[in-house]
Amino acid sequence: MNVAGVDCGAKSAKVLILGDEKVLARVAVLSGFDPKAAAAQALDEALKQAGLSRGDLSHVTATGTGKNEVVFATSEITEVGADARAVIVLFPAARTVIDIGAEEGRAIRISPEGKVIDFAINEKCAAGAGTFTETMARTLEVAVEDMGPLSLKSQNAVPMNAQCAVFAESEVVSLIHAKHSKEDIARAVHDAMADRIASMARKIGIDKSIVLVGGMAKNVGFVNSLQRNLKEEILIPENPEYSCALGAALTAAERAKGA
Amino acid sequence: MSTEYWRWPESRWTSPEIDGKAGRMITAGLDVGSVSSQAVVMIDGALFCYSSLRTGSNSPESAQRAMEYALTGTGLILTDIHYVVGTGYGRVNIPFAQRALTEIACHARGANFMYGPTVRTILDMGGQDCKAIRCDAKGKVTNFLMNDKCAAGTGRGMEVFADLLSVPIEDMGRLSFEVDTEPPPVSSTCVVFAKSEAVGLLRKGWPKERVLAAYSSAMAHRVVELLERIQVEQDFAITGGIAKNEGVVKRIEAELKIKALEPKYDAQIAGALGGALFAKALVEKERGLR
Repeated sequence: MNVAGVDCGAKSAKVLILGDEKVLARVAVLSGFDPKAAAAQALDEALKQAGLSRGDLSHVTATGTGKNEVVFATSEITEVGADARAVIVLFPAARTVIDIGAEEGRAIRISPEGKVIDFAINEKCAAGAGTFTETMARTLEVAVEDMGPLSLKSQNAVPMNAQCAVFAESEVVSLIHAKHSKEDIARAVHDAMADRIASMARKIGIDKSIVLVGGMAKNVGFVNSLQRNLKEEILIPENPEYSCALGAALTAAERAKGA
Repeated sequence: MSTEYWRWPESRWTSPEIDGKAGRMITAGLDVGSVSSQAVVMIDGALFCYSSLRTGSNSPESAQRAMEYALTGTGLILTDIHYVVGTGYGRVNIPFAQRALTEIACHARGANFMYGPTVRTILDMGGQDCKAIRCDAKGKVTNFLMNDKCAAGTGRGMEVFADLLSVPIEDMGRLSFEVDTEPPPVSSTCVVFAKSEAVGLLRKGWPKERVLAAYSSAMAHRVVELLERIQVEQDFAITGGIAKNEGVVKRIEAELKIKALEPKYDAQIAGALGGALFAKALVEKERGLR
């Protein structure tokens, strides 16, 4: 039996295809200004990778900010639900899930059965989402994927006062003028963001093990800062940006069996 | 170099009626904000001259520049001034100020002078923060609320949109009314997200005037929320740079159903003006006049 999970996020649409509980394909397409088209394109590319056609899919479950745009979906699941569903399979010991995407951050506490106990979301402020690092990378004139490795080379902790991404941009400019190294500024950016994410997670209470997913989990600098802030080890799956899509696909498989 | 649309013009003013040399008590207020700096000089309690310019990366230097600019052509020099009060974000960094006072106190005091003693609620929309202040008939602060954490509802947010839409910042208010119907406000609070939302609207074919209208009303809504928390008592006045943006001011008035008082001078100098008034009171105290 083949099913698909579609995570239609703020920045990209991700599709993951499961065939008999095995991952057959994983594709991400930048959404630009047409998330509907991006989701369709991601699905078609994933089907091609898996050597399947749309008719071979028993069930498609959509999640993400743009889940309503996924016209070909059979059902939907919330992002929080999808995160919990995927993470308990990836790490059965997980009790806290932190998911940081491009424009949203979530902290979710889950039971040993993978049920959602409590959660907190930031979708209002860029300071708690991937956009923050992206904006700062642009100001520093550093490729966003280099921000993490760069910040690991930092020798000094420089404090950042601004929370707002707009104000932080001016602060980064001031730090550059004050001759702080790019390495130290990159670390300051990740420390500041980790601080906000940690306080959001503390609001719902943090239980071990902690799992980090979403695009920001690929930034080693941010992971380092968050680890230092929480003083706990953080587990990260392979392909962390696909965990919501995986959760949706697992849900699709369950719903297909139930039908 | 590309045009910098956010660059608002610097300005100065001298009273045509006052003879600077004849003054017995000369006091000044300096408001070194995060985005702009103002210097106000008062002679015997009357407004003599003022300046408004952009704050540089160095606060003491910006303070010096604002003061020199205000005094240009007046025949007065810094040492003629008896007392200087510093205020604003950079107030502790003004070498020639005898005293530093908070901008909340100074804005209320300055608004009391500028708009008259009937003012009870002041909305100060600055470059990087926004304050709702309640005061009594003497301009003494009775309560205040402030947002200095988030660019939404501040001048910086408007500057971001000036650059995005390629509209000079002083034209934004007027242009925001060049729409057939008022569009729904931009739904994102965060300036970063509002910017991507606006790019989406432009792609959909919205003219920039319409996008500007949608952002201006979102901004108005944001500060009205702050005002509602403190509860507006009339009369109501707006100070700070955004007070010059009729697109935001008129939308705040419409949402509150309250008209703001017309300023007698540049609404951006309220903080420095309050500083100069406090300086006068401090000199009077020193001279045993109070």
